[in-house]
Amino acid sequence: MSTEIAHETAHDEHHDHGPAKGLMRWVTTTNHKDIGTLYLWLSFIMLLYGGAMAMVIRLELFQPGLQWVEPHFFNQMTTMHGLVMVFGAIMPAFVGLANWLLPMMIGAPDMALPRMNNWSFWILPFAFAMLASTTFMEGGAPAFGWTFYAPLSTTFAPASTDFFIFAVHLMGISSVMGSINIIATILNMRAPGMTLMKMPLFVWTWLITAYLLIAVMPVLAGAVTMMLTDRHFGTSFFDAAGGGDPVMFQHIFWFFGHPEVYIMILPAFGVISAIIPTFARKPLFGYSSMVYASASIAILSFMVWAHHMFTTGMPVAGELYFMYATILISVPTGVKVFNWVTTMWKGSMTFETPMLFALGFIVMFTIGGFSGLMLGVAPVDTQYHDTYFVVAHFHYVLVTGALYSIIAAFYYWVPKWTGHMYDERLGKIHFWWSTIAVNVLFFPQHFVGLAGMPRRIPDYALQFAEFNQISSIGGFAFGLAQVFFLYIVIKTIRGGEKATDRVWEGATGLEFEQLPSPPPYHSFNEPPPVK
Amino acid sequence: MSSASDQDYYVPHGTHWPIIGSVGLTLSVVGFANYLHDTWSLTPTLVGLAILFFMMFGWFGQVINESLSGLYNKQVDLSFRWSMSWFIFSEVMFFGAFFGALFYARMYSIPWLDGASNNDATAQYLWPDFEAAWPLLTVPLAEKYEVAKAFIGPWGLPAINTVILLTSGLTVTFAHWALKKNDTPKLVYWLAATVALGFGFVVLQGYEYVHLYRDLNLRLDSGIYGSTFFMLTGFHGFHVTMGATMLLIIMIRAAKGHFTPENHFAFEGVAWYWHFVDVVWLGLFIFVYWI
Repeated sequence: MSTEIAHETAHDEHHDHGPAKGLMRWVTTTNHKDIGTLYLWLSFIMLLYGGAMAMVIRLELFQPGLQWVEPHFFNQMTTMHGLVMVFGAIMPAFVGLANWLLPMMIGAPDMALPRMNNWSFWILPFAFAMLASTTFMEGGAPAFGWTFYAPLSTTFAPASTDFFIFAVHLMGISSVMGSINIIATILNMRAPGMTLMKMPLFVWTWLITAYLLIAVMPVLAGAVTMMLTDRHFGTSFFDAAGGGDPVMFQHIFWFFGHPEVYIMILPAFGVISAIIPTFARKPLFGYSSMVYASASIAILSFMVWAHHMFTTGMPVAGELYFMYATILISVPTGVKVFNWVTTMWKGSMTFETPMLFALGFIVMFTIGGFSGLMLGVAPVDTQYHDTYFVVAHFHYVLVTGALYSIIAAFYYWVPKWTGHMYDERLGKIHFWWSTIAVNVLFFPQHFVGLAGMPRRIPDYALQFAEFNQISSIGGFAFGLAQVFFLYIVIKTIRGGEKATDRVWEGATGLEFEQLPSPPPYHSFNEPPPVK
Repeated sequence: MSSASDQDYYVPHGTHWPIIGSVGLTLSVVGFANYLHDTWSLTPTLVGLAILFFMMFGWFGQVINESLSGLYNKQVDLSFRWSMSWFIFSEVMFFGAFFGALFYARMYSIPWLDGASNNDATAQYLWPDFEAAWPLLTVPLAEKYEVAKAFIGPWGLPAINTVILLTSGLTVTFAHWALKKNDTPKLVYWLAATVALGFGFVVLQGYEYVHLYRDLNLRLDSGIYGSTFFMLTGFHGFHVTMGATMLLIIMIRAAKGHFTPENHFAFEGVAWYWHFVDVVWLGLFIFVYWI
């Protein structure tokens, strides 16, 4: 370490090593840590924005009948909530984690293309400003659901849809550039000795995620481009009157959409695979099988898209194929869950906040996985399709799955990033508060869904009232818990008990073993030794 | 310092180009959306694009200067190579979406509208007069679309264009061989030939479009055949224009002596891109014009 610090000071005379001052530091930065911070804050703002819309939804659904908002505004809320959470909260959070962690985990001085890294981020605030502005336009924001099926999004859509289309284009450009950067970094910037099969799983899962992003974001761009030309230039991709087909939109959309759900969960697998071994004080069980399972999930994710369309109209042979292919995904996913459990087997476990969130992830993500298996069975999906059962399913995998892993990652790495320990007592309160609330929120939705309550409807039959009330109470409590999380984040950044360089007794990896807490603005100008 | 730059990975500090690019990009798309709604003229879009070009000029210029002053080591070069490869892959997937739409229309939606599979009722009650065909000149609801009179086969202009693009793939390879032998005049000569062939392709494609619109009434709004035809060939033509423009810039840089036999990623990146538009064209020629 001392030689490294000496090296740092020797270089200071030549380079500008510290960050610039003021606002322009953040606008012009090429530093992976700064850009990671920007991504994470954008994602938190979007989480609160999307969460506020979820509160409107739960408020309206607290009682049957129309109470607070017009049905059209309710539809805008469900649409924008989905879009903001998927593209604004979950995806940028993982890119933020990638920016902070990948260079430190593989022993690189920075991301491979630091200027492009800046642009990947700085497109996003503009894109989300465009998306958010649609709420104030005449005719309101897009109201066709986050899946924007034609013809709702073409023939019958409000004028603001064009701003939504271009916002998606910008997000796509940002994602593709960010992913190219991540792949180039992982493939080209590893310290000598950091072979592919020595990389932490977070690095592996991000390599695969970036590949998925580059493969499917352009397809999404193609889909919204066809929407745009159908709306304004007389093409008939999604119009049967001209020889096209609205169902074709769904095929193109879900060819993007299904890999997209793995884009939102694979980095989470990487996070959990880092946290569980640390607090079980055992190396990860089945490292190579984890790598192969991630790759298998990625490949399978391209072959299962029409399981979102079982009730849309498809030849029976197609339904059978997509059903079996979908169920096949449970094999590599099961490999992962069993490996995490086996890692903990006979481990010396402690239950700090990151571990609590990781354990919450394993249990509740698996619940979401099981309901996914139910939905994947074509004949019974006819019953479940477009009900609250689907809503419960994907919120278990996205909130208690993806979001929980992001929160776990925050608690796990924030002492390394800031040099401050978070307040363990507050962290535990955050976990239990969130976990009780989120189950009160989403578990009853399984029941109302199986009983036949449709999603995306502001009103419902009287027999669903109790479960919806319970769900709304859980929703408000969960929302409040994340405001509490904001307080914990700010408190930790501003101060706290000094973190050690290792941070956690069982932590491994270059970022814990080779760097102080907090790490210098530029880490690893010289490649670190890799065992 | 110079010895350090031979070893260290070059990490730039601070850049204002991305934020300029974001402003240009946003202005151009917001301007275009407003233009489509007749609320703004086209001027904001054009200003946005001008800002975007200014950004590219400045950003690439900075990278070229850094490259010429020897700041980039072999590892930086490899980062550029990985990036260009994955960028081209993303472009492949973008075209894939439109090819997917083409195949879906031909294999599924058009036969289904004519009653194939289990869609007898659709054909009988909704579109009794519609008959599936490819190329599709009529559409189920003819009064909503501009019906085309005819289409063009592959063996006229499209075949000539195929020869042009395939030849340009050869000439760019000759240019690469010249570059590897450090023969700058030949390099510039073959690059000029490639650029000429590229823009020649675009001109012929434009001529074909005029013919289709004016004489055959085959248009973007002629139903699914026109939609897939013009979107696929249109995006391809746009990519050829971009590729030829990039080749032109590379030619100017080659004439200035920017490239050495060992160090010429910019040339190779553009050459890869050129082969990519070439291969996309072969797909278009086979699936859009021919079969």
